[in-house]
Amino acid sequence: MEAVLSVENLSVRIAGLHILQGVSFPVAPTGVTVLLGRNGVGKTTTLRAIVGLTPRNGEVRGTIRMGAQSLLARPTHRLVRGGLGYVPEDRCVFAGLTVAENLRLAERRGVTPAYDKVFALFPELERRARQRAGSLSGGQQQMLAIGRVLLNDNRLLLVDEPTKGLAPKVVTEVTEVLERVAESVPVLLVEQNLAVVRRLARDAVVLAAGQVAWAGDARELLLETALTRSLLGVGTGEPHRGPDRAAATGKDAN
Amino acid sequence: MGTVILLTLTGLGLAALYFLVASGLSLVFGLADVLNFAHGLFLGVGAYATWWAAGNLPGAGPDGFGFVLAVAFGVAAGTLVAVLVELVLIRPLYSRTIEQVLVTVGLSLAGVALLQATWGADARPFPRPEWTRDVTGILGAQVPNGGLLLIIAAVLVLGALLAFLQWTRYGLVIRAGVENREMVTALGIDVRKAFTLVFAIGGAAAALAGALGGVYFGTVSPGQGSSLLIFAFIVVVIGGMGSVLGSAYAAVAVGLLQQFVNYYGTSGLGDICVVGLLAAVLLLRPQGIAGKVATA
Repeated sequence: MEAVLSVENLSVRIAGLHILQGVSFPVAPTGVTVLLGRNGVGKTTTLRAIVGLTPRNGEVRGTIRMGAQSLLARPTHRLVRGGLGYVPEDRCVFAGLTVAENLRLAERRGVTPAYDKVFALFPELERRARQRAGSLSGGQQQMLAIGRVLLNDNRLLLVDEPTKGLAPKVVTEVTEVLERVAESVPVLLVEQNLAVVRRLARDAVVLAAGQVAWAGDARELLLETALTRSLLGVGTGEPHRGPDRAAATGKDAN
Repeated sequence: MGTVILLTLTGLGLAALYFLVASGLSLVFGLADVLNFAHGLFLGVGAYATWWAAGNLPGAGPDGFGFVLAVAFGVAAGTLVAVLVELVLIRPLYSRTIEQVLVTVGLSLAGVALLQATWGADARPFPRPEWTRDVTGILGAQVPNGGLLLIIAAVLVLGALLAFLQWTRYGLVIRAGVENREMVTALGIDVRKAFTLVFAIGGAAAALAGALGGVYFGTVSPGQGSSLLIFAFIVVVIGGMGSVLGSAYAAVAVGLLQQFVNYYGTSGLGDICVVGLLAAVLLLRPQGIAGKVATA
């Protein structure tokens, strides 16, 4: 199957530092492709380069294609309107706006927003529509950040550490939602929680020192304890643990 | 009692002038991170365009509807200049703070020089309706109508801005952009259109301040915008970057403080007290009264 997104020879330099050096990988047209690696290897930088959010003092080289379309040098808002949904690290909801206003901001002219779908996935958002986003819990903010993106049709979702800093129960909820979302939209996921990775990911790309150190079937990676220990610095825990419990107690890849 | 009422209302008139300049400045800085030292130029253009229109534009004049037309022309000229400055000079320099400062400082100096070269360095009498030269008796105080006009205009502008920010799509984009501009673009919104819009709003408000400031002071001069801009910057910092409501509170505090201290203390002491207030706010609440949120 042809990749929904292909990254070829991607190099990113920010403030003189080479963060990524010739990174190449495809993103499968279905399911979840996970981007793994220790802290600081360039996972978030990769997602931000794809969506055109490399800082002004940064330099991006290489090729990023979605279908026949080259993404580099296109402004972020056009990439997003073209079907690239982005859920950033740390949620980035607008704290001073209400939940309803945060969602309304994602609406696009001429497109009917999929409020039914979003409220079916996150009923809490409908109940808290008039509450300021800054007063939501971390989990609720994450739901808002994902819900905001799901208001529109996407060809690919980029999701950066959606379970970071969340309570175990909420990690399970977010994981379940992403699992449902991935049934209809391919997802490129940055995630540290290996239990979440085990439950969601079909393909895995491991970055180390700004380069691709390993790429292939995620289950194959997770079964190789020695490999994950050398690439991620941790073992994979118990591979046959139940998904909910595993998600709640999953070890971080750091 | 009459003196206190008079000082309060003239202080509020001054505050209205500061607010009209500061509100746009605050939104531009809050949303686009542009420290626009050329903002005083928009005021100067508004004042001179109104002055010119009252004498030369068919249908315009110093009284009645003619004066309204002259002010509308001045506001349109200030808005146009602000939009052109954003599109031509600022847009290529977003996220390049030092270059922005150099360009806007240079533009403000060049603008004053251009006004001087065209209409001379001396202050010129400003055409204004007769009734603005009169006073109105309020609770025993004889308050100049020019000041009352400024207060009414500022309250209307404040109400319009708050309604715009609260109830329109672009207002929502501006409020969100003040919090996190990058995330606004990541939702598929071209935030540059909002930048142009806040420049236009700021230019219009500053030009209105120029026209009504001419009425208030009775004269127009090339350096008027620059001298008011200093206090407008102080108001923006005290009020909080990006907050229209914060600018309104801060403008009232600065205007009243200046007026009362200058009257009851030595002339000029009010300006020093304003700088003291700025220092106190920076020490105790560096984000200003309302912080960096475009409150509605």
